[in-house]
Amino acid sequence: MSTAQAPDAASGRSALARAFHALERGFDRVFGPGANPLRQLGALGFWFFWIVTVSGVYIYAFFDTSIVGAYQSLEALAREQRYAGGIMRSLHRYASDAFVIVMALHLVRELAYGRFRGFRWFSWLSGVPLVWLAIACGIGGYWLVWDQLAQFIGIATTEWFSALPGFEVSMVRNFLDAGTLSDRFFSLLVFLHIGLPLLLLLGMWIHIQRITRARTQPDAWLGWATLGVLVILSLAKPALSQAPVDLSIEPARIGLDWFYLFAYPGIYRLSPGAMWFILGGSTLLLCVLPWLDAKPRPAVARVDPANCNGCGRCLADCPYEAVLLQPREGARSRFKLAVVLPDLCAGCGVCAGACPSSTPFRSVDALATGIDMPQLSVGDLRGRMERAVGRLAGHARVVVFGCDRGAPVHGLEEASVAAFSLPCIGMLPPSFIEYALRGGADGIMVVGCADGDCEFRCGAEWIRQRIDGAREPHLRTSVPRERVIMLWPYHDEGGSLEAALAGFRMQLRSTMAAAGHAPKRRQGETTHA
Amino acid sequence: MHKVAKYAGQGVLYALFAAVVGYFSTLPKYHHLEPDQALLRLSFKHPGKTKADCRQRSPEELARVPANMRQALDCPRERSPVRVRVELDGKDLYDESFPPSGLSKDGASTGYRRLTIAAGRHHLKVQFADDVRVAGFNFEREHDVHAKPGQVVLIDFAPDQGGIVIR
Repeated sequence: MSTAQAPDAASGRSALARAFHALERGFDRVFGPGANPLRQLGALGFWFFWIVTVSGVYIYAFFDTSIVGAYQSLEALAREQRYAGGIMRSLHRYASDAFVIVMALHLVRELAYGRFRGFRWFSWLSGVPLVWLAIACGIGGYWLVWDQLAQFIGIATTEWFSALPGFEVSMVRNFLDAGTLSDRFFSLLVFLHIGLPLLLLLGMWIHIQRITRARTQPDAWLGWATLGVLVILSLAKPALSQAPVDLSIEPARIGLDWFYLFAYPGIYRLSPGAMWFILGGSTLLLCVLPWLDAKPRPAVARVDPANCNGCGRCLADCPYEAVLLQPREGARSRFKLAVVLPDLCAGCGVCAGACPSSTPFRSVDALATGIDMPQLSVGDLRGRMERAVGRLAGHARVVVFGCDRGAPVHGLEEASVAAFSLPCIGMLPPSFIEYALRGGADGIMVVGCADGDCEFRCGAEWIRQRIDGAREPHLRTSVPRERVIMLWPYHDEGGSLEAALAGFRMQLRSTMAAAGHAPKRRQGETTHA
Repeated sequence: MHKVAKYAGQGVLYALFAAVVGYFSTLPKYHHLEPDQALLRLSFKHPGKTKADCRQRSPEELARVPANMRQALDCPRERSPVRVRVELDGKDLYDESFPPSGLSKDGASTGYRRLTIAAGRHHLKVQFADDVRVAGFNFEREHDVHAKPGQVVLIDFAPDQGGIVIR
């Protein structure tokens, strides 16, 4: 039983997605899933932002905002206090570069996995301007150094903007000779170099608004290791200024920071207008991508007011902030009702798994829960499971619960094995495990997704915690844990499940043999306990 | 994976990360100008002369307008475009006309061009025309320049300094 197509390689994952997944798995082996940098690119972006901020505050304390003083103060910082200001200056540069790297990888990863359409449009669209803001922050920073790179950037930027309507070519006249510039120019640059990062931070905050428990801190080991690497790099190759500004010459060979200044050669190799067309067109394309490549959205969760008690567990577990609690109409304010925001709902069903009304033990013929999925209701799941468990034959009968987006579980079905695939493993109410065992299954296999491989975030983590008793609704402690196995394969590791199932069934047989009897299905037992 | 192999792998990947950051933060160098090139930078902001002369309004015309609007002269606002011609060693290098700015074309013409030239000695002849009522160019300057590689030769227009400035 399945509710959606499994998006594995066979069902159309792009070559880029497969390549990225292979790279991530390789990194998993080296770093471990918890410290894999490719699985926390956004968090690393925040981490590098804070390194840049702290080092920037230090540099600013020594920075002289004047034409003559800017260059000298930064050179003094780098040379006279090499192991303090020098490292801070280098960290400021290299952490900024690292920020661009993780930002670019983050964009490519989400693009590769198709995580830009449907309910994710807001996160995608709000991320696009951050690319421009980040680049603008870096360009402004290089301008402040007031060396020949700054001279090149200053002239090239004004030449570039001159190609836009509304921008006068006379802007570039500010850089014709030293007499046309004043110290106020540096005050403006400093203002921009503080203001733009603040805007960037605001944009990053907006970017994660529709994600529950967005990860803004990387794994501690990964964070400190990357900082250590950047410090070592700062010592090995300190960031230094190029020759001071000389407006009577045109710098011929320039050491560009390609992470921020990659577009500048194009201004001269192609033309300023062509670069606007390429970059503006790319930005526009990224902005409209969620609608250009739109796919049908899965049905969203529905609330049944008659069965919702307003406990708020669905709100707590929803990975995308798609559930609200509102006062019930005509009731006292302490009585709440869950409300689903359809535009934000991913259709994962995690909320149905969190609902205390989703227990199959309720003595009702038609099981309805407080919040449910139209494509696979909890009541349907109970009915199908009862029928499937009733048909199980042989020894070591197992019920497998899997995920539509994870390793496929249907191939495991046989006379003594029933398999159910849910939109997300987080949709499984833990009471279904006990219900299946009481109904006659000898063991339950819960197949979630590997760390970082969950399409919907949180699903695997929530079900693990529910079964371990660390999250409500939890699996009752009286359920024998040796009869429950949890597996977390990658989505393309369906083949490994057969061996795992065989091993589990062998273990069940041993357990039953040791107990001196095989657990028998209680014939005729009502399944509506 | 064995623990030692894991740490070794991490070390390699962290080193690769540092190498990528360190290398591309300054390298490869961008060749903005070839070693034997210099730059001629033309930049000016100058309002051309008005396209037509002022005209004396007739008494009948003045009588038709309110007393507070009776100005004796009718001066058209539109200005002449500024035409610039640059000749290098006797050969045409550049010739372009820059229109006046503004919806009524009554603002200054602004021009900026970046022209790479071979480094070395050159004879430079620059001509400006800012009045369509005058045939040909009404400003001209010739100058011998010795442009070193990478040097910027600036061409500006400053009426208070006698017109065309080459430095």
